[in-house]
Amino acid sequence: MITELATTMIKMPSIDYLAILPVLILIGGAVLIMAITAMVPGGLRRDVATAMTVTTALAALISSLVEWHRVLVQGATTTIAHAIVMDGFSVFMAIAVSSCVILASLIGHDYLKREDISSAEYLILALISAAGAVLMASANDLVVIFLALEILSIALYVLVAFNPRRAESGEAALKYFILGGFSSAVFVYGIALTYGATGTTNLTQIVDFLGQNTAQHPGLLYAGLGLMIVGFAFKVAAVPFHFWTPDVYQGAPSPVTGFMAAVAKIGGFAALLRVLLSAFGTQAATWQPIIYALAVASLLLGALLMVVQRDVKRMMAYSSINHAGFILLGVEAATTRGVQAALYYLFAYAIMTVGVFGVITLVSGNGDRDTDIASYRGLLRRSPLLGACLVVLLLAQAGAPFTTGLFAKLGVLSAAVSVGSWPLALIAMVSAVISGFAYLRLTLISVRPVGAPTDVDELGVETGVSAPMHHLGATLMLEEELPTEVEIAHVGVSPVALTGVTLAAAFTIIFGIVPGPLLSLAHAATMSLLG
Amino acid sequence: MSIPGEWYLILAAILFGIGALGLLIRRNVLIMFMCVELMLNAANLTLVTFSRMLNDIGGQAAVFFVLVVAAAEVVVGLGIVVSIFRRRSTAVADDISSMKG
Repeated sequence: MITELATTMIKMPSIDYLAILPVLILIGGAVLIMAITAMVPGGLRRDVATAMTVTTALAALISSLVEWHRVLVQGATTTIAHAIVMDGFSVFMAIAVSSCVILASLIGHDYLKREDISSAEYLILALISAAGAVLMASANDLVVIFLALEILSIALYVLVAFNPRRAESGEAALKYFILGGFSSAVFVYGIALTYGATGTTNLTQIVDFLGQNTAQHPGLLYAGLGLMIVGFAFKVAAVPFHFWTPDVYQGAPSPVTGFMAAVAKIGGFAALLRVLLSAFGTQAATWQPIIYALAVASLLLGALLMVVQRDVKRMMAYSSINHAGFILLGVEAATTRGVQAALYYLFAYAIMTVGVFGVITLVSGNGDRDTDIASYRGLLRRSPLLGACLVVLLLAQAGAPFTTGLFAKLGVLSAAVSVGSWPLALIAMVSAVISGFAYLRLTLISVRPVGAPTDVDELGVETGVSAPMHHLGATLMLEEELPTEVEIAHVGVSPVALTGVTLAAAFTIIFGIVPGPLLSLAHAATMSLLG
Repeated sequence: MSIPGEWYLILAAILFGIGALGLLIRRNVLIMFMCVELMLNAANLTLVTFSRMLNDIGGQAAVFFVLVVAAAEVVVGLGIVVSIFRRRSTAVADDISSMKG
């Protein structure tokens, strides 16, 4: 009787393992590394651990390509009681995340060696957090999105804290944790209200509900949607929910910052796009003004505060806020063109930012100390390849031609103009010019020969920003000149991290000159999202 | 006499507000953790209430996931606090602010 009851009542959902294969591979790889590290006396060797991580990420990448093939044949499919969806969009994000993991593990390799930290933790947590990001992109249920968000975030909290010798690391982790917890709670409350208004947490069913009924409690629905947007805005660091970003980016170990900046943004934007465009596509008129406001604030504040920073990691934090504004430009347009541009931007940005933080990792030296802009003086001479990569990646972030940055910025701008939000496009262009100053300043500093009698402030960027600070900066700069020169000898450039940085720069240039493949990938992903 | 569902929703909203306010104005890290928990549980109460009102089991199932996540979060959060406490012996957020700008 009991067994009969059990069989009639509990229906196991059918599972299409291919749909969750990238997630399974990433988590499986992490568990495998953990198990081996625990069993091998003295722990796993660093290079073996890195190699295993890269292999795992490559396997996830290849499995996404297999998925891509299936999606081309069969179209989008849902599985596990419609909680997981496999479509071009989820595959696109899985490819982006796996690429970031490969680069981040290469870059992290040298950092861990330098800081003498056992490498397994970093790699395991990076893989798990990447699995969360991939799952976020393939979730078709608000509860699964929440779970994936937490898998991503909790692993990141630990990653931020994992250098025990740096006080800033713990401090950054605490800030990230408390504000992250706050945003998760806001997000869950948003889910609860949406559930109350629509009676379901499944995105497909929400679409059906909104299509068939006029919501009985529109206030409840809008409050839920608004709170969910706040939760996502925290994750992608959009103003006014950005205040954790500079401190966390600065305090976290440099390779972790790059990984976090890339993967958390991919995950956050993936879920945001799916929720807004797929589930709440019919309510676009409601959420577009919110996204518009977030975009304007992120664009302006990110660019303005970026210019006044002297710490390169803080500067890149504001740069990432600025980039979030640009991506929101594409989201706000809510058209095929807009989403496609946002996806292209997201992929290009992720690779660029991992690369830039790779350079920062190598330049900042033992204990992540030299993050001041002066440490970059003459980098191109000191270490030509590293300097060249930095120049390429910075120019790409500024949107220079022959890099992915140009097509990314052009794409979102033209999408915004095509739906008539030209004021937004105008603001974006102004912010691109302002942030361009900051990128250019860093570029010029690293191109300039070592010990040239000029200094940063001659570039005139800081003029009028804060005169006393500027003077102080100038004197400090002159005093620092000699020690910087001495340290030049040992900018620890080692082949593994350099490979990671070079790959990022190569990606940026190749897909900047031949944007076709990436654009068509983004286009296919968009089509499967918007149907 | 049964209590209408709306009351639970209002109670949850108040709890959520207390949690959010507490997080913003309290400076002790442990109390800030508690405020996050309060907010999560307010969301849970809302889910359960709606689940009852809609006569749908989905909302109650979601609560289990939220509880598990909350527990995992606390484990990590306390770990971070302990690692900072070893170094500084303080749990007041204002003392933990070496980064500015």
